[in-house]
Amino acid sequence: MIDHEILRILERDARTSPAQIAVMTGKSEEEVRQAIKHMEESGIIRRYKTVVDWERAGVERVFAFIDVRVSPSRGVGFDDVARRIYKYPEVHSVYLVSGDYDLRVVVEGENMREVAFFVAEKLATLEGVLSTRSSFLLKKYKDDGDVYEEPEQDDRLAVTP
Amino acid sequence: MRSISKIVQSTPPSGIRRFFDIVSTMEDVLSLGVGEPDFDTPWCIREACIYSLERGHTHYTSNYGMLELRRAISESLYKREGLWYDPEKQLLITVGVSEGMDIAMRAVLNPGDEVIIPEPCFVSYQPCVLFAGGKPVPISTCEENGFIVRPEQIRDAVTANTKAILLGYPANPTGAVAPRDILEEIVNIACKFDLFIISDEIYGRLTYEGKHISIPTLPGAYERTILLDGFSKAYAMTGWRIGFAAGPAEVVEAMMKIHQYTIMCAPTMSQFAAIEAIRNADRECEEMVEQYNQRRRVIVKGLNDIGLPCLMPKGAFYVFPSIKRTGLSSDEFCERLLFEEKVAVVPGNAFGKCGEGYIRCSYATSLDKINQALERIARFVSRL
Ligand SMILES: Cc1ncc(COP(=O)(O)O)c(C=O)c1O
Repeated sequence: MIDHEILRILERDARTSPAQIAVMTGKSEEEVRQAIKHMEESGIIRRYKTVVDWERAGVERVFAFIDVRVSPSRGVGFDDVARRIYKYPEVHSVYLVSGDYDLRVVVEGENMREVAFFVAEKLATLEGVLSTRSSFLLKKYKDDGDVYEEPEQDDRLAVTP
Repeated sequence: MRSISKIVQSTPPSGIRRFFDIVSTMEDVLSLGVGEPDFDTPWCIREACIYSLERGHTHYTSNYGMLELRRAISESLYKREGLWYDPEKQLLITVGVSEGMDIAMRAVLNPGDEVIIPEPCFVSYQPCVLFAGGKPVPISTCEENGFIVRPEQIRDAVTANTKAILLGYPANPTGAVAPRDILEEIVNIACKFDLFIISDEIYGRLTYEGKHISIPTLPGAYERTILLDGFSKAYAMTGWRIGFAAGPAEVVEAMMKIHQYTIMCAPTMSQFAAIEAIRNADRECEEMVEQYNQRRRVIVKGLNDIGLPCLMPKGAFYVFPSIKRTGLSSDEFCERLLFEEKVAVVPGNAFGKCGEGYIRCSYATSLDKINQALERIARFVSRL
């Protein structure tokens, strides 16, 4: 019931209809519907969303990467600190990473002041947080597999042998 | 001015060329006429080439091509097909299968020697034979046989002058893949009459049902087969102009002699890219094959639903639907479709007489465009 090909198709375009997927994979539409339903129910497919280029839509948004050093203590592990951080809606993502810092947090806001305020007031003051290091995102080249430049043209000759 | 060579004069220009000239005067054409991948070459391959340039690898290589590349090809043929070719003597790096085909013909043909060529087929096969002074002997195949040549057709075409059989499976323009038993019988005929087999397996990696059958793996075939393959289709590297020929040492040496004097060596930067392709781009190749396979099913269903019946091709990236029901000739159909709906497909007769009544549609194009093109074709056909 876990169908990697269907997952790859939906990851490329979540709007591909079950009927079209059925043709593409040589399965019946019913089989495809069942497989998708199963994968949705079991949390393999978490949800469907739209990739938006907000900048093009005229909306300014500021992202910052915050590296956080954590001092875990008895009863307060990395998971607990991470959880206290990711509950904030300003937090876009949180990862536990190897290296000098422990958590990598991506914070989103309307402007730099807002993000800086969030880091200083909320993040840095959390129990267990030893230090933070922030870098603001200046330009997005590629995000989650999508390249944010002009789409490349098909420059092939229109008819070839 | 004195007149140009008779052979060149008498060779008709490619039917595709004429059609291309019309298409290129128009704008916003949705093209199913393209015979090359829509994917760009995987980045690791492009990057390896750039690095080779940065390091200053900008010189001639051995006439045979870089030994490192020949070794990589030899290993990959062994791993993939169980075939062993000595990288020192039995492999030649060519400027695509296009050059491989040309020099294979020139290496084996004497004036007047005949080459049996099942049609419909790739547009270069006959001209390559002609330019080498040989005589092409086309054999018609039909839809009822899946556009696969029957062994008895080949046997009937053999004469005292027959020198070689040219096979190209998976086929451009039909996507046909010949089953093992038929290929074995053809090899038997080649053995019986002592013929070369020239096998164009450029679409071998683009096989969707079962595994590709490489001709030299068949009993009796290895010592008489010139295997031509390349990087253009499997790794989306058409512009790099790189491929290879594998075969008996004497034949490869003869081909090398021509190559030495006319080409010197395949482009060095492309050879570096090809090494990277073989070593590190198989995953990319498989991803492309999965997408071609999905589009294949979509376009076949779409065309059949429209009422342009077509077989399910087992390889390459072409479908070859019949348009006989419309009452139009291939040329008329393609021209009208182009002018009325701005969709470019290629008339089947460009690939041989028996291609009349068919059109070639390439699915090396995004699913979106395939679906749009299908809609337009449906509209066009419903108006006829
Ligand atoms: C059947 C066939 N053989 C050979 C070629 C030429 O390949 P290359 O780019 O390796 O010269 C093509 C390209 O369209 C082809 O379709």
